[in-house]
Amino acid sequence: MMGSDHMHRRWSNLRKVLERSGPFCRPDFEPSTETLQFLLDNCKILVIGAGGLGCELLKDLGLMGFRQIHIIDMDTIELSNLNRQFLFRHKDIGSSKAEVAAKFINSRIPGCNVISHCCKIQDKAEDFYRQFHIVICGLDSIIARRWINGMLLSLLVYEDGELDRSSVIPMIDGGTEGFKGNVRVILPGLTACIECTLDLYPPQVTYPLCTIANTPRLPEHCIEYVKVIQWPKENPFECAIDGDDPQHINWIYEKSIERAAQFGIQGLTYRLVQGVVKNIIPAVASTNAVIAAACATEAFKLASSCSASLNNYMVLNDIDGIYTYTYEAEKKEDCVACSQVPKEIEINSPKFKLNDLIEFLCEKPDLQMKNPGLTAYINGKNKTLYMQTVASIEERTRENLTKTLVELGLRNGSEINVADITTPSAIVLKLKFVYCNSDM
Amino acid sequence: MASPAPKSPEQSERNRKYDRQLRLWGDHGQAALEGAHVCIINATALGTEILKSLVLPGIGAFTIVDGKKVTSEDIGANFFLETDSVGKSRAQVATQMLLELNSDVRGDYIDEEPDQILYNSPDFFNNFTVVVATCLAEKSLVLLSQRLWELNIPLIVCRTIGFIAYMRIQVKEHMVIETHPDNEIPDLRLDKPFETLKKHVDSVNLDALSFKDHSHVPYLIVLYKFLEKWILSKGELPNSYKEKSQLKQMIREGMRRDENDISNSEENFEEAVKAVNTCVGHTEIPENVTNILNDDQCINLTAKSSSFWIIAKAVKDFVENEGGGLLPLKGTLPDMTADTEKYITLQQIYHKQAIADAEAVWRRTLQLLRQLGKSSDSIPERDVKLFCRHALNIHVGRGTCIADEYDCKVFDASNIVQCLENPESMMIYYVILRGVEKFQTEYNSYPGEFDDQVEPDIVKLKACITKLLSEWGCGPLVKDDYVHEFCRFGGAELHSVSGFLGGLAAQEVIKFVTNQYKPVHNTFIYDAVTSNSGTFFF
Ligand SMILES: [Zn+2]
Repeated sequence: MMGSDHMHRRWSNLRKVLERSGPFCRPDFEPSTETLQFLLDNCKILVIGAGGLGCELLKDLGLMGFRQIHIIDMDTIELSNLNRQFLFRHKDIGSSKAEVAAKFINSRIPGCNVISHCCKIQDKAEDFYRQFHIVICGLDSIIARRWINGMLLSLLVYEDGELDRSSVIPMIDGGTEGFKGNVRVILPGLTACIECTLDLYPPQVTYPLCTIANTPRLPEHCIEYVKVIQWPKENPFECAIDGDDPQHINWIYEKSIERAAQFGIQGLTYRLVQGVVKNIIPAVASTNAVIAAACATEAFKLASSCSASLNNYMVLNDIDGIYTYTYEAEKKEDCVACSQVPKEIEINSPKFKLNDLIEFLCEKPDLQMKNPGLTAYINGKNKTLYMQTVASIEERTRENLTKTLVELGLRNGSEINVADITTPSAIVLKLKFVYCNSDM
Repeated sequence: MASPAPKSPEQSERNRKYDRQLRLWGDHGQAALEGAHVCIINATALGTEILKSLVLPGIGAFTIVDGKKVTSEDIGANFFLETDSVGKSRAQVATQMLLELNSDVRGDYIDEEPDQILYNSPDFFNNFTVVVATCLAEKSLVLLSQRLWELNIPLIVCRTIGFIAYMRIQVKEHMVIETHPDNEIPDLRLDKPFETLKKHVDSVNLDALSFKDHSHVPYLIVLYKFLEKWILSKGELPNSYKEKSQLKQMIREGMRRDENDISNSEENFEEAVKAVNTCVGHTEIPENVTNILNDDQCINLTAKSSSFWIIAKAVKDFVENEGGGLLPLKGTLPDMTADTEKYITLQQIYHKQAIADAEAVWRRTLQLLRQLGKSSDSIPERDVKLFCRHALNIHVGRGTCIADEYDCKVFDASNIVQCLENPESMMIYYVILRGVEKFQTEYNSYPGEFDDQVEPDIVKLKACITKLLSEWGCGPLVKDDYVHEFCRFGGAELHSVSGFLGGLAAQEVIKFVTNQYKPVHNTFIYDAVTSNSGTFFF
């Protein structure tokens, strides 16, 4: 019988650190056999993303005593995943990542109960997210990170302005790119959140339209030209570009080669075309393993409270030796997502139009919105100023874009509700008119 | 619908599978990886995690050496074992399960203790590209280290206990051509222009250009012109912050104004101003490259010299002759605002000069090969080109033998003493881990391994450490907290700590195998409680 003796010895490594006290433990840590039981039976973890980090995370969590795990990912398995997403085999190509990963872990680690959700994170509501003790992100999308950050913030309960600690669901976030990676621990409402440090994400590389159209110099300029100008014009397959369709990539490759030859530009390769069109981030098994493991360690420390958590950001780079750096990212007083104070937006001209405001919201490094929808309470009525995402409303509100804020009835101190795909619930911005009346 | 020529290249399955990593180390790096054979000693959780990150990217082959049988404890921490494998050969089960990850990889195992192999078949290790040891006892470690040191085969020793991870890299000499530095300084030669560059820039007259052309001249030419003017009046390059600011001001004043639009500025001039700090300076050979070119190995070539040193000597000869004191030109140009024609012309000038330089180095390489009595195809021309392209960033690392750390007659402990004066230093973990090894040798168990022995083991471990420290000429530890902590760990292997180090160790293997990126020099310690790490050299 493989019974309790085996189970007892199987977890003996974990039991040593959970059932013994040590000089570096958290002061509130009580060594006991109950902690392991809590991890095994009760502690619910949500892993977001079943890619390079997600596969590693499931394995790491399963072997650190966590068994009540949910995984959410809408993607299916591709050939180019197999160099690092080790729970997938060739035969799995085309299947749901979340499903295959969950099945693999449950069969390899007896007693592990991974539940898969093959959907977008936006498809799940507050009640779903509220059930977890810890959420771990292994994502490559900044928008998804921001959304889940907003979701966990929306679950916070404040009583008389005081945060109810039991409503805090810690978020552990891992990210990798090539031989670089980072890990952070976020206690929503208590420590710096994703939006507090939004300017850490470098803006996406874009090329000015006039360069790609008139003065291309790099192979990238030729590819962008074909992508942005030639494709819509010639519409070769009568649909939008699908980076996963080899026919599409071939077409772009051939046209880009032509353009590069025309301008005498060297160095255009098929690999580069794929990289630019699909915005490919280089990835390797080892970095994913390192970052996921660090996330799992943090989950283990948080769930067992055996040691203090990472405070609160670590970066890794192993190009030249191995370099790590740990620091405390600071919570922003007026963070749009996690502070209780509405963020003030300074308006410095009476000519400031709604269009200008939307552009401002998209371009400001600490806001970086994608397609914000704006409503405001004006003259006792809730009014939609502009909304791009619903065609009928867009049509109806389009004329507002060229109106000034004043013409729309907004005043100094007016509050605007902004909805965006980067956040699950609307955020509030407060207008502050800083021009003097003589400007008018 | 689809256009005729040119046709897209057929993408092989292998290229598609490895796409994300080929973007990092290239097809030649991948070929090197696929030609490598690593040996892993002990299929602990750490051992199989290292292998996982090597099998997935497609290492050629691996061999596991492990004489242990699978236990329930192993299964709790090791993903590449299964519940029903208890009692079976750990090497065998791990090999099978790791091979499932990638059908391109070959793997085999030896179900024997590493000590036996070290004693009975000392030649066993001769043909591995890299050897990685986890959880190896002191005595075997010393033997293995000496053996691989003689063979100049890189050895990576890894260990995790509780929240602490340790990695030591032993390599006699390691040469890297592609170090992939994060911030590469462009090789522009503004202060020492080569003939074709000088001729080209001389042919441009900024004042005679139309308004449009003036704002589409690459900043490099703008910078060159103003630098020329500066040197003409001052005699030398701007050096100080003040002088550089003056040069910037000169460039700003050279900007043309649009009478109709006062806010207009010329982007290329703005770029030239920005480039003053990074691009204006003396072109010279960096110190570490000079050291490499003056190394004994470079000066005194023999028939046994590796191609790295032969090419290095060819570069040295180039520098001393046609190079005029400078390295072969890198030949790449950063992007800059310009019209296509002007940029491409300039790019071609750099590119052609780089080709000419590399050809000169190639001729010198052939000459050296002849002198050494080696065949002319023993070094391919593309290797010489690669070397020339990266000559500014080449790296030679020289390490030390691990066995020396265990010989108090040769071991220099002053570094340890000095580090321990800082209570925050992670050196303390090195000391404790050495104490744990000593404990294992003496008592054949980990300190704190058994629940009823934790307290007595604290005393014993402390004694081991005090003895070590006195051998090194240090006083005893001031505080016992780290000793307590390691007895609490009781030798526990936490999967996530091993997963962390496993990924890093695999990356170090890849560095050795591909000859790209700089490895750790030479000891790395990580504390998973604080997420801090440190690198030490022994
Ligand atoms: Zn925030």
